Amino acid sequence: MREKVKPEEMAEANERAPACSTCFEVPIGPIHPALKEGIRFTFWIEGERIRKVDIRPGFMHRGIEFMGTKRNLIQVLYLAERICGICSISHPLAIVQAVEQAAGIEVPPRAQYIRVIIGELERIHSHLLWAGVAAHELGFDTLLHYVWKVREPVLDLLEDLTGNRINYAIPIYGGVRRDVPPEKYPVLKNALRYYRSLVDDFVNFFLRDPSIEARTRGVGVLTREEADSLCAVGPTARASGLRKDVRQDWPYFAYPDLGVRAITPEDMGLEVQGDVYDRIVVRLLEVVQSIEIIERCLEEMPDGEIIAFPKVAALLAHLKKAEGEGIGRHEAPRGEVIHYIRLQADEEAPVVWKVKAPTYSNLMPWYPMFRDQEIADIPIVAASIDPCICCMERVQIVRGGREETLWKEQLLELSWAKTRRIVRGLGPSHVTRRASRGGADERR
Amino acid sequence: MSGVNALWQAILVLVGGGAVGFLYKGLDRKLAARLQGRIGPPLRQPVLDVVKLLSKENIVPGTAVPWLFRAAPFLALVAATTALLYLPVGSLRPVLSGYGDLVLLLYLLAVPALAMALGGFASGSPYAVVGAQREIVMMMSYEFPLAIAAVGIAWRLATLGLSPAFSLATIAANPLWGLVGPLGWIGLLFLFVALLAVTPAELSKIPFDIPEAETEIAGGLLVEYSGANLALFYLADVIKTVVIAALVVALFIPYGIAAPLGVDGVGGQVLDLAFFLVKLFGVIFVAVTVVRVAFARLKVDQVARFYLLPTTLLALAGLFLLVLDKVVMGA
Repeated sequence: MREKVKPEEMAEANERAPACSTCFEVPIGPIHPALKEGIRFTFWIEGERIRKVDIRPGFMHRGIEFMGTKRNLIQVLYLAERICGICSISHPLAIVQAVEQAAGIEVPPRAQYIRVIIGELERIHSHLLWAGVAAHELGFDTLLHYVWKVREPVLDLLEDLTGNRINYAIPIYGGVRRDVPPEKYPVLKNALRYYRSLVDDFVNFFLRDPSIEARTRGVGVLTREEADSLCAVGPTARASGLRKDVRQDWPYFAYPDLGVRAITPEDMGLEVQGDVYDRIVVRLLEVVQSIEIIERCLEEMPDGEIIAFPKVAALLAHLKKAEGEGIGRHEAPRGEVIHYIRLQADEEAPVVWKVKAPTYSNLMPWYPMFRDQEIADIPIVAASIDPCICCMERVQIVRGGREETLWKEQLLELSWAKTRRIVRGLGPSHVTRRASRGGADERR
Repeated sequence: MSGVNALWQAILVLVGGGAVGFLYKGLDRKLAARLQGRIGPPLRQPVLDVVKLLSKENIVPGTAVPWLFRAAPFLALVAATTALLYLPVGSLRPVLSGYGDLVLLLYLLAVPALAMALGGFASGSPYAVVGAQREIVMMMSYEFPLAIAAVGIAWRLATLGLSPAFSLATIAANPLWGLVGPLGWIGLLFLFVALLAVTPAELSKIPFDIPEAETEIAGGLLVEYSGANLALFYLADVIKTVVIAALVVALFIPYGIAAPLGVDGVGGQVLDLAFFLVKLFGVIFVAVTVVRVAFARLKVDQVARFYLLPTTLLALAGLFLLVLDKVVMGA
């Protein structure tokens, strides 16, 4: 039966860290100006140097997956859109792929191009938002105000195309809900031209500024090997020289026709160092890449239908009959987002809905990044993976009003139990539902 | 000078200094906002801030050393206001001239920073402790170039036979720029730049706001301060801004415009006072507002390196040139 991990063993695990008698403990978070969302870092500091760090998430869990299993799939789509406020199209783009796979829905080609266009516009605004936050963490508020000011046009453009600045409600199973009509092409092209003209300014302000270089070069280094073994994703992995991008490795939507290539600092002729500076370089280059992708989309986009089921009732009826499972992957601005969904015939709600936001994979790389950095580096290193804590939180165990932490051994036990259930044909839903409801115990 | 007269003058200088400080604080915030493409707060915002802070609860954390925690803001404010009385205002002599000199002023300038560090250590928060350590490290770095600049000027005045050389009244009445040769002129320029570089650190402004570093240590030294105590620190900062700017003006740009324009009497004094305020504003704008808008925050080691190497070397070069100048000029 399940063994409780003894406190002594935990203490032993703590002792494995380098001993430091002169260290003092600095808690950062769950509420702290350096953090935009709640997560707790506990740093052991010697002088100004970080000797050890402990990261404790679990403050922002909202139980969205659980809510999803109580709603029909159209409602789930709206929930998915609200997982993240910044990459508010990445989650819908991932879940529509999963559901289309599970229910065997064909998507018209024009819809695939429109999905790419909106997705890439989101990447532009998300990376600009990040650049502003990063500047603020460095104490460079002038740059924050500048970047957020030039981010407005892309939001205006998105509002023009979709009706909303964020939460665009564009993708739906089997297509998109709104076309990008040819009348809008000039507006789009104007905006793209505007951002192209800004690229030189960005290079000057971010990459050639001595005070930014002093604060980011050699700070928060993640080596290529560490990025690989810790499964970093998105710009965090690419800045460490790992050419890893869902759009390149497993192309979907219209990406196979567009030939996207993962970007690393080498593309700017720089040697990969895997530090915060490189992460700025990668995000900057990705803005340029997104502009190019959208321009190509506008040229190559075919005419035709944009949705497989124009009537929502027909779509719901089709989805209700569907049975099976699907995985949707999308390269969000922060990295790979994965949605897994399992449908059962005669069930309107998905039986299982599992979301993995990019930040989840980028949590572990924080450990090597923080190693031997200074207190002053904490905000920028924490911000450098562009964390999205709310989206990442997947479970919070509360039993009898008290929070609990599951350790590695317990998690292993749980996953074995889950495998056994799947083998017996019971499906993994048990664990998902129970964990979200707040009881991770294995009573059946 | 009679005692009553001095008292009146002191009150006038303190009230006026405070008012000017608030005005410049408001201008600094407004102009910084405009430089950043923002609208910015109204000019009276600093006053509103202090009024509001005074109406707020004054919390002393349970882990603090209460008497030290409460004493630190008073110490900072008293030192800053006292320093105000040693500064020449326009063509007027300092209120307390004859009772202390430039060296005393340098000490008075160090006290608010020390008081803040003490308050930080006494507040029992790890953020405040980190902030206090940074404040001390920063002080040790910038005090040396500051002292070189002050001493260099006084020494050169003494070699010119002016005394008391360390009195700010003497320094302000005898602008060195016209009394030294070309070498001394370059030396003075070096010292001037070094002093301007020290100014933002004295005031803990970006890029040298590391003791407070909002995004890193959540306000550092001031993290546990609230209500009236925080208001006192705010006031001390407002007044210290005027003091530093007035010191820069007195040491390097003490010129009046009344005499060249041929205006004398009360009119001349008013004209000089107005010009003095303009000079103060110029120094604050160049050394504080523009700098804090144009840079990112540095790290403590980068700050220490900046002051201990380039700034100190610049100040030493300035001093060396002044010495050379004395040798060449022979006076």
